[in-house]
This record gives sequence, C-alpha cells and structure tokens, in this order.
Amino acid sequence: MILARGLRKSFGDFEAVKGIDVDVRRGESFGFLGPNGAGKSSTMRMVAAVSPISGGELHILGMDPADDGPSIRARIGVCPQEDTLDTELTVRDNLYVYGRYFGLPRKEVRARVDELLEFVQLTEKADAMVEDLSGGMKRRLTIARSLINRPDVLLLDEPTTGLDPQARHVVWDRLFRLKQQGVTIVLTTHYMDEAEQLCDRLVVMDKGLIVAEGSPLTLIREHSTREVAELRFGVAPDGDSHEALAEKIADLGHRVEVLPDRLLVYSDDGEEVIARVHERGLEPVAVLVRRSTLEDVFLRLTGRTLVD
Amino acid sequence: MALDQRADDQRAGSTAPTSTIAGAARLFDYWAIAYRRTWKGSAISSFVTPLLYVLAMGVLLGGFIKGDPTRLEGATSYLAFVAPGMVAAQAMTTVFGEVTYPVMGMIKWHKAYFGMTATPLSVPAVVLAHLGFVLFRVGTTCAVFLLVMAPFGVFASVTGVVAAFFVQLLIGLAFATPIYAFSAGLKDESAFSLVFRLGMMPLFLFSGAFFPITNLDPWMAALARATPLWHGVDLTRMLTLDRLDWSMVAVHVAYLAVLALAGWFWAVRRLSRRMIS
Ligand SMILES: Nc1ncnc2c1ncn2[C@@H]1O[C@H](COP(=O)(O)OP(=O)(O)O)[C@@H](O)[C@H]1O
Ligand SMILES: [Mg+2]
Repeated sequence: MILARGLRKSFGDFEAVKGIDVDVRRGESFGFLGPNGAGKSSTMRMVAAVSPISGGELHILGMDPADDGPSIRARIGVCPQEDTLDTELTVRDNLYVYGRYFGLPRKEVRARVDELLEFVQLTEKADAMVEDLSGGMKRRLTIARSLINRPDVLLLDEPTTGLDPQARHVVWDRLFRLKQQGVTIVLTTHYMDEAEQLCDRLVVMDKGLIVAEGSPLTLIREHSTREVAELRFGVAPDGDSHEALAEKIADLGHRVEVLPDRLLVYSDDGEEVIARVHERGLEPVAVLVRRSTLEDVFLRLTGRTLVD
Repeated sequence: MALDQRADDQRAGSTAPTSTIAGAARLFDYWAIAYRRTWKGSAISSFVTPLLYVLAMGVLLGGFIKGDPTRLEGATSYLAFVAPGMVAAQAMTTVFGEVTYPVMGMIKWHKAYFGMTATPLSVPAVVLAHLGFVLFRVGTTCAVFLLVMAPFGVFASVTGVVAAFFVQLLIGLAFATPIYAFSAGLKDESAFSLVFRLGMMPLFLFSGAFFPITNLDPWMAALARATPLWHGVDLTRMLTLDRLDWSMVAVHVAYLAVLALAGWFWAVRRLSRRMIS
C-alpha cells in the first residue's frame, strides 16, 4: 500500500526526514512512534501527497505522489495533526462539503454523513457548530471526515494528542473498530500505550531516522527485558547521588537506567531485584515492578524518554 | 459478483477531478453553505449602501453642481455622471473586502484551504472557486446597485446597463486576482489596513468616480489614467451614458483582462508556495 525507500524531507538546510524505508501492507495498522520533532508529521504529509518529497522514493497505492497527487488523495483518508475543520459550519455541513470535494453525488454524501455521524457517536451533535464541540468530539469529527470517501488507507497524525484520558479511550475504541473492519491504518504517536494498543507493526523514529522496527511485542523482546524494577530514592543531604546508587546495583539487572527522579533496573524478575536491593541495605522510598513497554525500548535505543 | 460490483462503485465514487473547473465546481456547496451563514447582513448592506450613496452624492451633493454635459463627460446631471462611478467603485470595494481578510482566514485562521487541498482538489481549483464566489458577490451587489439607481433616470439605455453589469464582473476580476495573490502570500494581517487606506481609498476618491479626472493636475490625471478603477469607471460611464468610443472600449477591456489574467497566474503561484511545503 505504501512503499518508501530512502525517503527524505528537507526544509531549507534542515533535514527533518533523513532517509527512511517503510512498507505498509494491506489491512495492517502501522505506527510511527517517536518524540516531538522526530519527523513523523513531515513523513505523513509526504504520504498524504500534500508535501513534495525531497529525496528517495515514495509510492502510495502504487502511484507516485509527484505525478498522481489528486488520484492518491482521492483514495486516502487524512486526519492531520492540527484540525482543519470549518469551525463556523455545523458538524453535518463539515462532513457534507468534504464529501463533495471527492466528487461524490449529493445523495450519496448525505447517506454517508448519517452513517459516519452514527459511527463516531455525534448524531446528536449533527446540527451543532463545530466551535462548540469539545476537543474529543472535534477529533472524532475529523476522523469521520477522513472516512467519507471510504479510503483504502487511513492516515492519522497523532489522533489523541491533547485529549483527556476518557476522550482518548473513545477515539481508540472507534479506531479499533475500523481496524477490525480491515481498514489499513497508518498512525503517528508519541504515546507508547497508543502504539501498543493500536499497531500491529511500528517503527521507532528519532531525529529523522528509523531506529527500530517490528511488532510491539518483538520490539520489547529484542530491546528490553521482561520486567522493570523502578526505584525511587529520597533526596538525603549526605546520601549517594543517583549515579552512585546505580553503580551499587549495576550487577542486579541486565541494565540500569538513571532518570532524574528514579532508577530503572531491567531484569526478567523484578521482585528478585527489589529483594536484593533491600539486602544491600539500600532504602528506596518507593518501588514498582512492571512489564517492559515501548517507552523502555525507546529509552534503550536513544537514551531519552518519549514524552518530556 | 455483487460484492465486486459494490467495491467498484465505491472506487468510482471518489475521483480526481478531470479539470480545474470541474474541481472548482466541487467547491460550490462549500461556498453556498458558507454564504447562507452571512447573506442576510450582506444583502441588507448591498441594498442600503446604494440608496445612501444616491441620496448623499447624487441628490444632495449633486444639487450644488450644474448639470453641464461639457464638464461632466457628457452627463446631463451630476447624478447621471456619478452613478456609473459609484457602481464601479462598489465593485472594487466589494472585492477588497472579499479577498483580503477572508483569504488570510482560509489560510491562517480556520485553515479551510488545508482541508480542501488534502482531498483530490488542487490549488488552482481552490483559487478558482474562491474567485467564483467573489464574482458572485460583485455580481449581486452591483446588480442591486444598478436596479436601485434605475428609477432615478440615470441610464441612457437598457442594453447599456446590461453591458455595464458585465463590465462590473470584469472590474471585479481585475481587482480580485492581484489582491488575492497579495493576500495569499501575506504572513500577517496588519498590512491590510495599509492596503485599505493607501490603496483602496485613494483609488476610490481619485479615479474619476466622483469628479472628472480632467479637474486634476495633469500629472495626477495621468496617474489616475493608469489605475484599473479609472479604466473601469470610464468604461461603465460610456455604457450607461451611451456615449461609446470603441477604441477606448477596447483599451479598457484589454487593460482589465490582462490585469485579471496576470493576477490569476500570480495568485495560483503565491498560494501554491504558501500551501505546499
Ligand atoms: N514547514 C516546516 N518548515 C521548517 N521546518 C519544519 C517544517 N515542518 C516541520 N519542520 C521541522 O521538522 C522537524 C520535524 O517535525 P515534524 O515532522 O512535525 O515532527 P513530529 O511530527 O515527529 O513532531 C521539526 O524540527 C520541525 O521544526
Ligand atoms: Mg507531528
């Protein structure tokens, strides 16, 4: 569905995407996980055929965006990072005019609008002005809008950024339904839980490059341990620094990461690590054992956290 | 089989438009719905404005002015002289209103253009549709203007008025494309107030709409002759007074058409630069 080889994007002297290879297959849901500024949106805009590529190769649905931009855009659905809804039109009118841009007959658009309002649970808001909607409702409306042409591929750039947890779950639920219906989804996110929930396969992006690729599970298996012990130490005036503490327990796990507020010990048995820490007379004020996540994968690969 | 058929229908549904005009036609519903929201206000003002003008300029001010055809480019009353000038000026001010702040809004504030170009629609189709709406606004306001003034007996012939109406569309286009282009590349709206004060107002006052430009200093008259509004006013006036000089008609039409066309290419280029990065 989407094929990129050595894909690049420059803005003047600055290179936002520095040569990436991507394959997205029919029916899968594919993610770009990376922090702000990684180049995710730049990539998505090239794939959406609204931003010309600066180098490499890109094919979408077998077409070249440089030659067939309009034909590509006719067959994809786009949910951009920033909403481009018309805030002075009603919910229904936003969907209706958008459907018309694709050349769909009026009657067909009306039927699809009703169907999609139902799908994103906005039927009751159909005649409300967009400016009166909550952030989550706007996002759902944008998603509905991106589905009006029954796209072969749905592109979602940070679908839940800026939403409160409950609104996020409603969006996730809708996206999960689409995934089950077999819609090919490409999404970007800097939330590891979003990537874990929604993506069959993902690439981890940092500073314009892909640093890892695989399913959430294989990425965790390859780049992290099964469990993580998180240790928080109080700040004692004469106490050891985090670095010194880390050295004292370095042998307890495969790896120890030092974060500003805690230490992460990577091991296949977190409880065991904590027991040994206590044996050595160290007194963390709080401990937590959890499974490894994509956050740990990112930390491992880049030395930084996803969300700062 | 039935399923395949359905899949084919769906694909046939969403398509790339075959031409810029076909693309612009898909934006008709957007502009119609957007207009429905504001039409009451604009309809009232487009009816009241000409009435106020005719009363203030034509009847009250005109009462002080002798209707001397030799000094009024052939008009027998000041009202007959100023009526075509006011219509053309109205065409111009309507355009200034429609292609400054609204264009910036579509790009920068509510970003509706970005929604449009994420679909199969291209930048030229988006520009064309917007200009189509501007022409609709010019057409309705000028038609009302002409109708309101008709009972005052200021038009020499019906054909002349009908032709004058179409000339307003040409004047509208000649202003719309270059100003659109200017707005499309503008980062910040503060320049618009200068455009209105230093661009529109002098044009409005000194392009022969309200007094013959022969009253000006020779160098100012030459300057006025170079402005698009003077060409528009003179052409409109020739038509409403039925005093046609065909060679001048050709000059005016050519001037306005070239300006409209050059502005069109400039507008498409500036908006493409702005939208595609
Ligand atoms: N239009 C642009 N002009 C200049 N720089 C840009 C532009 N768009 C993005 N960038 C830069 O490219 C980098 C990647 O941005 P982006 O693709 O938006 O990242 P992400 O979506 O992963 O947060 C950032 O440093 C950003 O400042
Ligand atoms: Mg982004």
